[in-house]
Amino acid sequence: MAVIIRTERLTKKFVDLVAVDALDLEVEEGEIFGLLGPNGAGKTTMLLMLTTLLRPSSGTARVNGFDIISQSHQVRKSIGIVFQTPSSDDTLTGYENLKLHGMLYGMPKALREERIKEVLKLVDLTERKDGLVKKYSGGMRRRLELARGLMHHPRVLFLDEPTLGLDPQSRETIWEYIEGLSKREKISIILTTHYMEEADKLCSRLAIMDRGKVVALDSPANLKKVIGGDVVLLKIGNPDLERVKQLEFVKKVQVKGSSVALTVTNANEHLFEILQTIGKVESVEVRVPTLNDVFLSYTGREIREDSPEGGWAERMMNYQSRS
Amino acid sequence: MNEITGILAIWYREFKVFLREKSRIVASIINPVLWLLVFGGGLGSSVRISGLNYQAFIFPGILAQVVLFSSIFFGVYIVWDRKIDFLKEVLVAPISRTSIFVGKVIGGTTDSLIQVLILLVMGWIFGTTGFIPGLHLTPFSFIAAFLILIVTTVSLVSIGLIVGSQMESPEGFQLITTFILFPIFFLSGSLFPINNLPRWLEPLTLADPLTYSVDALRQVILGTSRFSLLHDLSIMAMFMVLMIALGTYAFKKMKL
Repeated sequence: MAVIIRTERLTKKFVDLVAVDALDLEVEEGEIFGLLGPNGAGKTTMLLMLTTLLRPSSGTARVNGFDIISQSHQVRKSIGIVFQTPSSDDTLTGYENLKLHGMLYGMPKALREERIKEVLKLVDLTERKDGLVKKYSGGMRRRLELARGLMHHPRVLFLDEPTLGLDPQSRETIWEYIEGLSKREKISIILTTHYMEEADKLCSRLAIMDRGKVVALDSPANLKKVIGGDVVLLKIGNPDLERVKQLEFVKKVQVKGSSVALTVTNANEHLFEILQTIGKVESVEVRVPTLNDVFLSYTGREIREDSPEGGWAERMMNYQSRS
Repeated sequence: MNEITGILAIWYREFKVFLREKSRIVASIINPVLWLLVFGGGLGSSVRISGLNYQAFIFPGILAQVVLFSSIFFGVYIVWDRKIDFLKEVLVAPISRTSIFVGKVIGGTTDSLIQVLILLVMGWIFGTTGFIPGLHLTPFSFIAAFLILIVTTVSLVSIGLIVGSQMESPEGFQLITTFILFPIFFLSGSLFPINNLPRWLEPLTLADPLTYSVDALRQVILGTSRFSLLHDLSIMAMFMVLMIALGTYAFKKMKL
């Protein structure tokens, strides 16, 4: 497998904060690569650097063989992007936005028209192509931007939180498009997300980011294996866990107030024994590990899916340009 | 080749947006007509300047005013582009910042010149019907005025874009441009002759780039001016080159 993106000690420092900390990453051609982490982990900053919109403080990266600093023009030609917030012009129609995009990327007219038809069909917007974007729903607009990002046949497609703020149904639709796309279009996809489910469903490999660093990198399945078993969540009035820790099938014990999380091999078989050992339990839940557990075990924190999103990187950049 | 389709793309978008905001065209025409008819008519009832009807005298000044306001305000659209994130789409495209600037200048110039054309036609109608006595637009003066206004527009759109490229909020842009617009307008001699100005006022007027456009327009439309046409045109051309250079630089330095 050829490498399509390689970062070399890629770093971005803002005034008093290291947003991306000397990252070395490799993304292979044709894969859907995910950057997963909470808000402020450095995902968007990373993406802005790889798409040449933000200059690294130090280090560099190659995208499709081109250096993001010295060959930014070629990099921009090789990539397509769907930004976190919509970046289409809502006083124009869907078709006009696509036409504009084709012109910006220097596509000859015949090819442009043909490609507009193709991508509109791909995202099911053919019938609404002459409606003003203003009148589109959030999901439609995201689909339009997906079509736009693909239109000029990029080698790499960047998706920054592609389903942020969408209702569950639109989210599922977008996922279907993304999955179909990576099969049909021979394209490498990098996506950032803080939705576990999204990362789990779409990504062939996943980098878990926290505070500008990659704390884990593997396929979602392997990452979950690292947990080493199922998760048993208990609520206990008076936690006396010494005897539980002695049990050979209990791999790990984490206590948070009255909640206890045990990592257990083959939990269904051993649940009775665990409960006997502990004694009085208020509630119990057994589940197979999710990426949230993976994240928790690497960082000691949970990804909060409801935390407010606020163009964090942009605000930092504005702050920097003013000072 | 890519750069040229890129420039066309930016222009295409600006023009579409302009056509879709009809209220903008109407508003931009009502304002100068008020100046010409109400202000000009009112003051003109008791004032004549170098033998000319006052309304005819300020007509070139009002043409310059239309261009001034619409061109500089055009700069606010880049602030909006940033706000609605459309700017990202443009900045990440494989075209140079210079092309983006050129496309924007052509877009803004088109908008302003459409308004100028409407006003010139109105001036022609007012003149030939005798509604504004002393205003005679010939085909020559019509075309010459239009050419002078193209150069003026390019300079002024560039100023608007330079300010716009450095601003983050539309409110900030409004504030800054108010400080630019009114001095340029009042000092340009749009509303008064610049032949016998008080000592303190004259240098300010001569430092105003719009003064030379108004002077040149008076020369071609009314046959009266303070400087020679060549003098006016050279200063206008130099100012335009300077503004284009500054604008290109500002766009290269522009942050997301």
